[in-house]
Amino acid sequence: MKLYEYLAKGVLREAGVPVPPGRVCQTPAEAAEAAAEIGPVAVKAQVLVGGRGKAGGIGFADTPEAARAEARRILGMDLKGYRVEKVYVEGKLATDRELYVSVTVDRVARELVVMASAHGGVEIEDVDEKFLVRRHVPILWNGEGYLLREVARGIGLEAPWAAQFQDILARLIGVFRQRDAELVEINPLVITGDEVIAADARLNIDDSAVDRHPELERVEEGTELERRVREIGLAYVELDGDIAVMANGAGMAMATLDAIAHFGGRPANFLDAGGGASVEPTAQALDVLVGMRPRVIFINIFGGITRCDDVARAILTVRETRGIPVPLVVRLVGTNEAEGVALLRAAGIEAYRDMAEAARRTVEESRKGRDR
Amino acid sequence: MSVLLHRDTRVVVQGITGHQGSFHAQQMIAYGTRVVAGVSPSKAGTTHLSVPVYASVREAVERDGAEAAIVFVPAAMARDAAFEAVAAGVRLLVMIPEHLPVLDTMAIHTFCRLRGVTLVGPNTFGLITPGESKLGIMPSHIYRPGPVGIIARSGTLSYEIAASLSDAGLGQSSVVGMGGDPVVGQTFTDLLPLMEADPQTEAVVLVGEIGGSAEERAAELVRTMTKPVVAYLAGKSAPEGKRMGHAGAIIERGRGTLESKRAALEAAGARVCEMPWEISAAVRSALG
Repeated sequence: MKLYEYLAKGVLREAGVPVPPGRVCQTPAEAAEAAAEIGPVAVKAQVLVGGRGKAGGIGFADTPEAARAEARRILGMDLKGYRVEKVYVEGKLATDRELYVSVTVDRVARELVVMASAHGGVEIEDVDEKFLVRRHVPILWNGEGYLLREVARGIGLEAPWAAQFQDILARLIGVFRQRDAELVEINPLVITGDEVIAADARLNIDDSAVDRHPELERVEEGTELERRVREIGLAYVELDGDIAVMANGAGMAMATLDAIAHFGGRPANFLDAGGGASVEPTAQALDVLVGMRPRVIFINIFGGITRCDDVARAILTVRETRGIPVPLVVRLVGTNEAEGVALLRAAGIEAYRDMAEAARRTVEESRKGRDR
Repeated sequence: MSVLLHRDTRVVVQGITGHQGSFHAQQMIAYGTRVVAGVSPSKAGTTHLSVPVYASVREAVERDGAEAAIVFVPAAMARDAAFEAVAAGVRLLVMIPEHLPVLDTMAIHTFCRLRGVTLVGPNTFGLITPGESKLGIMPSHIYRPGPVGIIARSGTLSYEIAASLSDAGLGQSSVVGMGGDPVVGQTFTDLLPLMEADPQTEAVVLVGEIGGSAEERAAELVRTMTKPVVAYLAGKSAPEGKRMGHAGAIIERGRGTLESKRAALEAAGARVCEMPWEISAAVRSALG
């Protein structure tokens, strides 16, 4: 779960990380009010994508009236597909230098890793490796200063900023651990006069740990359809093609999309119906696919824990209750295959055994659909 | 021969009286796995599936010599269950649950490393030594004993591939699920040397996917292996920044792409197949 900047800053502020004063606003009038209180401000679109500045999602204002105008410009704006519903009005910083610092998970070392650079303010992918300092955080680390000193020294920080940077870094690691983060990133971490202060903040929470953090505000991600399918408890990603796809298991679902693409088709979605899905969730998943109004639906099942007869029953249930008005291609093998295939055959649906053949047929059907 | 799991491995099932635990314990016993005990604090003192149910893993280790534990408890309780098994002295720990917080997995992994315990998972289908023993949730009937080792990040996709190998007359020596999470215990890098050393294994199939760098790391080892390696990588059509079902299957900021993995494995001499159905022919030709 990604947190909006203003929520991330709230968590950081609570943890003792210096951040500018700021208020989240939903109307131009609120923005003017906030600016009257704060002084010269930055007005920042609150969206869950990076690169807001370049896309025109950040403005500056020295007066309340200018803040009102900037808010009017930014609110309602479309930023990389996200509509801006809130702006964060925050004290403007006189920036002397911009640093970068983050804490994330190193999947290989299976430890947290700190990354820092004296060249902040740009996307970290664009920073040359030689300007990046990386240090692992041992799981037993409990505030020992060596780590903080090494990172500060590594990016060439001196007094009076080094001590502040070290204090901030310790707090960021603390936030990561206390909030079950998967990313804490300050970019830029700004040097202004004698002070070090977080000008931007990203805080992503581990989806698997969100439930144990009732204190965090919930942020909804994804399209409306994606949210609805996730509510059912299925993994779903919207794509831009015309072939609706369902498979069981994440790897199978990915391989199914790849097979569609292999034969020149365009998948409309990723849907993992689960490695051991039974009739009910499978029917719900299929129901979603039908609702997408694709040109063709492809169901690719390798029954392991999933039983082929359950999948067949789910298909028949959906067909009887709401109807399946588009061509349906089913590939069904594995556990209880004979029963599943027989159930479908009795209903006039011929299931495929071979994944390649079924994927090729699906793509052919989608082309026919285009010609219709 | 095989890696990690043999017909004599003595297994304790944590969560044996639960819905999932009970079903899969029964399947494992039917396959020949030597399940010696189960753990379920609320049902301690009873017998389930003809094995004793205890309140703790320690009893299973002390009374029945359990040396491997498989965990079927909800994610929220999984860290506790894992720590209990490691503290009790098992040497192999298989974590089936999905949705473990990454910090929990890191802690479990660290404790395992401290005690010399082999961790498989979490979010794994487990591991199987066909014809001998299985410790997981995979469908037993698709496997045959034979010369091919399989290491996979995904369950059903590996079933698809194992079944196609079996259909082609290519049995398996050992099949191990790494798990679909960003942080897992055993990875390709840990398992490839075991496959290389195992006399029964003549070729290895890697089933990888987008996200992380496990495949790139594996490539470094593939270079040094004498046995042929065939790979299939899933997620060619996956968009950046989206989690494709597995918590670990995500391209983040240009890293973890399929192209990077394919290039690394091919440069190391592995045969990377475009589609899963090409695997068995590639293995057949690699075996000569």
